[in-house]
Amino acid sequence: MCGIAGLFLKSEDLRPRLGALFSPMLREMSERGPDSAGVAVYRPAAADAPCKLSLYAADPAFDWEALASELGAAFGLAVRVERIASHAVVAVEGGEPAALRAWLLAERPEVRVMSAGRRLEIYKEVGRPAEVLERFAVPQMAGTHAIGHTRMATESAVTTEGAHPFNTGDDLCLVHNGSLSNHHQVKRRLQRTAGLRFQTENDSEVAAGYLTWRLSEGAGIAEALEAALKDLDGFYTFAVGTGEGFAVLRDPIACKPAVLAETDEWVAMASEFRAIARLPGVDTAKVWEPAPGQVYSWGRA
Amino acid sequence: MGEVMTKPEALDLDRMPVRDLNRRLQAAEPGDRFEVVNPLGRHSLAVGLTRPVEVTIRGHAGYYCAGMNDGGIVTVEGNAGTGLAENMMAGRVEVAGDASQSAGASGRGGLLVIRGNAAARCGISLKGLDIVVGGAVGHNSGFMAQAGTLVVCGDAEPGIGDSIYETRIYLRGTAKGLGADCIEKEMRPEHRQHLAGLLQAAGIDADPADFRRYGSARQLYRFKVANLGSY
Repeated sequence: MCGIAGLFLKSEDLRPRLGALFSPMLREMSERGPDSAGVAVYRPAAADAPCKLSLYAADPAFDWEALASELGAAFGLAVRVERIASHAVVAVEGGEPAALRAWLLAERPEVRVMSAGRRLEIYKEVGRPAEVLERFAVPQMAGTHAIGHTRMATESAVTTEGAHPFNTGDDLCLVHNGSLSNHHQVKRRLQRTAGLRFQTENDSEVAAGYLTWRLSEGAGIAEALEAALKDLDGFYTFAVGTGEGFAVLRDPIACKPAVLAETDEWVAMASEFRAIARLPGVDTAKVWEPAPGQVYSWGRA
Repeated sequence: MGEVMTKPEALDLDRMPVRDLNRRLQAAEPGDRFEVVNPLGRHSLAVGLTRPVEVTIRGHAGYYCAGMNDGGIVTVEGNAGTGLAENMMAGRVEVAGDASQSAGASGRGGLLVIRGNAAARCGISLKGLDIVVGGAVGHNSGFMAQAGTLVVCGDAEPGIGDSIYETRIYLRGTAKGLGADCIEKEMRPEHRQHLAGLLQAAGIDADPADFRRYGSARQLYRFKVANLGSY
């Protein structure tokens, strides 16, 4: 079992309250996944905004300033770093997310790249969801959309790296409730033919990598998810974020739950309705269970 | 000259835990009426009722609402989550909106009415409960259903009646694929009469003449003495 919550704001007025609206949603899913939690938050940003990476190091005394100057020197670019609990958000003026990710994976294996892009920040940790949300001050965060996950691990170890969401390409993130059965095969194919790098043994990271590969081939997120229906085998409810979009897909057998709700102001998705029950305007929202094997998407997804 | 109807007792789930709600409902006297406010998708509301008490849930219910119901009259004004009225024995459960997966699973008796749509596996392993769905049902509804009735006013996703035993299925819309050993059967006068009674009990205005009947071909489950040597 795992819990998922996602909130995509249509109304600009709500953006300052994204974290405040989203955090209780994820907290409500604690019973579904008490062992670790993670959140992806999308900040509004211009297309030419600095490249942004969320990084994690297991060592609490890790020297983020030193890493920032090393990174700056390697690329000849200005690097700012802000430490947030066990994570750090690194902003690189004029950088390319993919190049920075590749450098970090190659040169600094003790650092995990939780996310890379221009809008996305990912924070995840082992521990109760309520504690994880507070540790990273998620309730105070502003943004356009957020996707979170509460984990009850089945396929791999309870570690920070194994927590969701997973980011494998610029501003893309995925959370997953379920388990894939052909992820080893898909992973090998992605490594061999697309040169993708993976940081964990987690099946959900493979699903994220698959979508990254499809997007790099020119697909939109809805098309990429349609293709996933054919190529990924197993149980899944996926919630997926892109820089300006949000999408949901359940496998054709639909063993894993999902509820969607929509108003003029927002779109919300969760494993169970109780996560959505206190959002403003929910009484008049359209509430429905996403059909098996059908892709739902919003924004420029 | 009817009895004076007293106002239902309000039970607010923002002020009391679900366990206390269920204790209160289970201890109620026949004919007592309740309204549950702020259900907010909480699980296991109004479960294990053994007397004809009336419970109205003002909003959406979570998983296993009205489970093991044995005589209670439970109305959900919103949607209901997974496992609605699971293993129901007697009484009546009605949902104004949609129901998630496995509604009425293993039910033995009583009436379950879902005015909206029901998701996958509605009436799975049905054992005598009657289910009337105003909308459509999801895949594998009536899977291994043994007795009772599944009435569907809308369409049925693939696999309806898969491995069915003796449950009757009445379907007004289209079956997008019958399950293994499920076949269409003749709709005789007694079936139309049976269906008319269920539609009336459910308060759903539909013409029994618009429905088709499905049931078991009895090829999958039936033990044949000629096969004894194979066991």
